[in-house]
Amino acid sequence: MKQSYSALSLLRHGINRHTTWAPAWRSPPLKDRYDVIVIGAGGHGLATAYYLAKEYGLTNVAVLERGWLGGGNIARNTITIRSNYMRDASIPFYVKSVALYEEMTRELNFNTMHSKRSMIDVIQNYPMMRDRRRRQHIMDIYGSTYEQISEAEIRSRIPALTGGGPDARLPVVGGYVHTDAAVNRHDAVAWGYARAIDSMGGEIHQQTPVTQLLRGPDGRIKGVETPRGIIRAPKVAIAVSGHTTTLTETVGLKLPLRSMNLTAFVSEPVKPLIDVIVNCPDAGFYLSQSDKGELVLGGAPDPGQSFRRDIKQNVFEDTVAAMLSLFPAFKRLKLMRQWGGHLDIAHDASPIQDETDVPGLFITAGWWGGYKAIPAGGLTLAHLVAKGRPHPLMEPFTISRFRHLDYVMETGTTTAR
Amino acid sequence: MMQIPCPFCGARNESEFSFGGPVKPPRPEPEAVSDADWTAWLTQVPNPLGPVQEQWWHVRGCGTWLTIWRDTRSHDIVEGPGDGN
Repeated sequence: MKQSYSALSLLRHGINRHTTWAPAWRSPPLKDRYDVIVIGAGGHGLATAYYLAKEYGLTNVAVLERGWLGGGNIARNTITIRSNYMRDASIPFYVKSVALYEEMTRELNFNTMHSKRSMIDVIQNYPMMRDRRRRQHIMDIYGSTYEQISEAEIRSRIPALTGGGPDARLPVVGGYVHTDAAVNRHDAVAWGYARAIDSMGGEIHQQTPVTQLLRGPDGRIKGVETPRGIIRAPKVAIAVSGHTTTLTETVGLKLPLRSMNLTAFVSEPVKPLIDVIVNCPDAGFYLSQSDKGELVLGGAPDPGQSFRRDIKQNVFEDTVAAMLSLFPAFKRLKLMRQWGGHLDIAHDASPIQDETDVPGLFITAGWWGGYKAIPAGGLTLAHLVAKGRPHPLMEPFTISRFRHLDYVMETGTTTAR
Repeated sequence: MMQIPCPFCGARNESEFSFGGPVKPPRPEPEAVSDADWTAWLTQVPNPLGPVQEQWWHVRGCGTWLTIWRDTRSHDIVEGPGDGN
């Protein structure tokens, strides 16, 4: 790193009234040829470029971003990092991702404000308790953590949870704690990766939308078309979430993906009140409290496909009503902001990471709740792009699983159940 | 809230409806098509940036199933696929 961040450097630059800081990344001129083009400077695109440089020595890499750095779905989620999934194929991958997140601040020399704080699943019916016990046994095998707790312990750890009593339509019957869960700062993840990519020689080009993928006469990918001109590369990796099919259809490639809109809301800031991530699958919402004191609240996706990044009134009302059934004291909180992110979900609700039928064109898609998967997803995609074969953690998630009807049916995603 | 035109009840709030998925092409006979075409039919749905044809069930109303074209960029209910398709 050309400019290390530390208490000492803060002091040194502070003496100079903070006028001597170098930019964290450059804005180099766009070349017309690279070894690898990564489309999308979101979490997955940036992590991919980072690991391409760090692990595989590929630094002639351009990350092309339609909007601005860190403005896509990396800013449109609820920053929950966890590994409580339920399939043998999924859990080791997410365990790896959580471990990489825990090291990220040190590794990138950039404070991601990682806050390990446990996630408590509040369960309101017995079949769901059995489902969670089954998950606990699977997670035990792969080194993730899940422990059953009683209703009394839930209420002592989350005093604000006063609803769901014995007379409620859905009384709280118990819960599970996932102690590996954490939250961090999403902008810091984007900026930390961008700075590290830049210092190793990679390039990030904002305001550079890809309008068309280009194939050579031999069928291989040969580059992309942008309003800033044609850029050539023998390898192109697509990490654009909801717009994956929009891009692949420009070369006639169809994928088993649907784009949907998932929304979240933020309340006005209040005093520290909830120090865990609360997930209420039976009521249909989850929330956590940010460092600023805002309650971050999410619920179910919009019905139907959507490329709109806003909320629907009925989805919003359903989510808030669900929250008030368990947290009636929040009735007078004002909601300050809202956002939606369009993301793609595969036919079996598991990610797809593979080289496509177009040689040299790679996709990483179907990341329903992909924030937690960013570091491991980037590591595995970099492996795939550099070596030409899937990373062992991603072997079950190739496109060919649909051809063989070998699905990884995953309901561990929070809202896809 | 989106207003969905029910053929019997007129325009009604989206919250009265249950989403029934996008309309797929007609089901091919599995023996008559290749394995690739068959699995493509099973797993792929149209995902356009623009009008998509989809089914809705007026479950909290008259109970009918209906088909509409909806623009995925705006949620506007449109007449048909338009120029985009």
